[in-house]
Amino acid sequence: MSHLRNDLRQRAEELVALYPRPRSAMLPLLHLVQEQDGYLSEGGIAEVAELTLTTPADVRGTASFYDMFFLEPVGTYVVSVCTNIACLLAGGLELLEHVGTTLGCAVGATSDDGVFTLEESECLADCDIAPCVQVNHRYVRTNTPESFDALVAELREGKRDHEIPNHGTLIRVRRAGGLRAPKSEIAAERASAKAARDQRAEKSA
Amino acid sequence: MAVLDSPRIVTARAQYEDSYTLARYLETGGYEGLRKALTMFPEDVAKQVDDASLLGRGGAGFPAGRKWSMLRKAPVSYLVINGDESEPATFKDHFLVERDPHQLIEGIVISAYALQVSQAFLYVRGEFALGLERVQQAVNDAYEHGALGSKIFDSDFSLDLVVHPGAGAYICGEETALIEGLEGKRGFPRIKPPFFPAVNGLYGEPTVVNNVETMSNIPWIILNGGDAFAALGVGRSTGTRLFALAGRVKNPGIYEIEMVKNTFRDLIYNPAFGGGIINDRKIKAFIPGGVSAPWFGPDLLDLPMGQDEVADKGSMLGSGSVVVFDETSCVVRAAWRITKFFSRESCGQCTPCREGSGWIERAMYRLEHGGGRMEDLELLLDLCDNIAPGLTWPPQQTTICVLGSSIPSSVHSAIAMFRDEFAAHVNQQGCPFD
Repeated sequence: MSHLRNDLRQRAEELVALYPRPRSAMLPLLHLVQEQDGYLSEGGIAEVAELTLTTPADVRGTASFYDMFFLEPVGTYVVSVCTNIACLLAGGLELLEHVGTTLGCAVGATSDDGVFTLEESECLADCDIAPCVQVNHRYVRTNTPESFDALVAELREGKRDHEIPNHGTLIRVRRAGGLRAPKSEIAAERASAKAARDQRAEKSA
Repeated sequence: MAVLDSPRIVTARAQYEDSYTLARYLETGGYEGLRKALTMFPEDVAKQVDDASLLGRGGAGFPAGRKWSMLRKAPVSYLVINGDESEPATFKDHFLVERDPHQLIEGIVISAYALQVSQAFLYVRGEFALGLERVQQAVNDAYEHGALGSKIFDSDFSLDLVVHPGAGAYICGEETALIEGLEGKRGFPRIKPPFFPAVNGLYGEPTVVNNVETMSNIPWIILNGGDAFAALGVGRSTGTRLFALAGRVKNPGIYEIEMVKNTFRDLIYNPAFGGGIINDRKIKAFIPGGVSAPWFGPDLLDLPMGQDEVADKGSMLGSGSVVVFDETSCVVRAAWRITKFFSRESCGQCTPCREGSGWIERAMYRLEHGGGRMEDLELLLDLCDNIAPGLTWPPQQTTICVLGSSIPSSVHSAIAMFRDEFAAHVNQQGCPFD
C-alpha cells in the first residue's frame, strides 16, 4: 500500500521518470509529500526513499537542508514575512511583530488553533512591494498591518482557498503532454548529432 | 543625462497582462529566433553569442560565449539553467520566470541547439509558486507547439526540458550546489578545482550552467545578430541589463537599462526609474550589486553602471540589484541583518564561513541592540579579515565557494564609511534611529 494517494503516486512515478537518475527527483517528491500531509511524514519519507532508491535516513538528511521542508507538522497556512535588507528598510521587522500579534504565535511557532505557522524569511524576491509576505509561498502583497489583518480575516473565512492551496508548491504544476521521448531515441539522436558535428569539424580543419 | 531610448530586449512584453501566454508570445514574434537558429549551424549560433560578448547575468559576469567554447572540444551532456534567484533585493529572474517564461524557454532551446545538448534542466526557486506554475504551463505549451521535444519545428534537433523546483536554500544559486540539488542531495558547493561544471558537472558529466536573464537575451541576439547586441553598451559591458531597484526610493522596481550609458544617479533619481528618495530625503549610501557587494557613498552616484566601471571602484555589479539607504536608515541594523542572512544560509562546510558569519552576527547584534563595545569594531574587522584575508576587492577566498568571501562586504563597508554611527551605537548602548 503506498502512502501517497493514488493520483500523487502516479505523479511521483512520472517525476522519477523525468530524470536520468531517480535520486534527482528527491526535491519534487518531497514537495508532493508535503502537499498531501502538510509536512514530511514518516510514511512519506519512506515512500520517497523507495522511489529514489535511497534510505529514509538519506531522505531526511537531505530534506533537513532545505528551508521549505518541514519535519514536524505545521499550520494550514505558513506565513513568511521577509525582514531582509529591502524589507528591513521598509519596516519588515515592525510588520513581523504585528503579524505575530495578529496570529497569536511567535516566529517559528504555530497558532493554538493550528491554522497559522509564522516564519521570518529571507529575501522572497518581490522587493518592490516591501515588506514582502507570502502565505504558503503565494505572494499576498500585504505590506501594511491593515492589509495583512484583512487577509487573515479572509483566510479564516476560506475566501482565499482557490488562490492559496496547501503547501508543497507543486500542487498546480504538472507536466502534461510532450512527455519524454524514450531514452534510446534521445541517445540515438545525440549520437547522430555528434557524428554530424565531428564531420563538420573535420571539414573545417 | 539618462539614456531612456535603448531597446527593450528582455522586457519587450512587460506591458501586456498576458505576457506569459503562448498566444501573446507568438503574436509578438515569439519563437522566430529559434526558427532562425535551426537554419544555422550550431557553431554559428554559438558564434553570434560570442560576438555579442554577453556577460553572464547571474552575478559573476563570466562571458557566456566563453563558457560555451570551453566545451566545444568535448560534447556537452547537460544544459542547466539557474533560476534559483535568492540574492537579497534581487528580483529580476522572478520577473522573467513569471512574466515571460516562453522567452526563457526559447533562449534555452537555442542555447541547447548551439551546444548540441538534448537534455536541459531549469532549476526554479521553490518559493516562486506562481513562477513554477507559469513556466511549467509554458513548457507544456511549448511541447504542444513543437518548440520542445522530438524534432523541434521539424528539424533534426530534439530537446527535453525538465522544470526542477528548489526548496529554499540560497546556496543552491551557487552553480555546483545547484547541481547537487539537482542530483537530489544537500546543496553543498563542490570543492574546486575543477572550477567549472564544464569539466565535472551534473552526474560528473560536462555541464553548462547559465542564468535565467542570460538565456532570456539569446532570442534577441539570434534575431538581431550578436553585433547589434555588442553595439549597445560600452566596452566589455554590452547590451542591456535588468536592474532591480529597492530600498528607500519612490519607485522601486525592475528597470531594463543599456549598460554603462546610465549612472546610478540616473537609476535612482530619474522619474522614468526610481524617481528619487522617499520624502525627498538625502541619500546616505547604496549597494551597487546585491548584498555580497561592498557599498558606495553618494560621491559615486555619477558612476556609469557597467561591469568594469563598478569593479574599478572596488565593488561589483553582481546580480544587478541596487539598494538605497537614506538618512533615516540605520547602517548598523542593515549590516547586522545582511550578516544574519549569510549566517543562516551558510551551508556549514567551511569553518571561516560557518563560524565567522555567526560571530560577526552576534557582535553586530549587540552593537545594534545595546551591549556593544568600541573594541567590537576591531574584533569585527579581524573576523572579516579571517574570512577574506586582507579585506581586498575582489576578496581572497578561504572557503569552497564565494558565499564566505561575500560576508565581510557589508560589515567592512559600514565600518569604513560610518564609524561615527557605530560609536553612537556604543555610546547610547542601542540604536540612535529607534
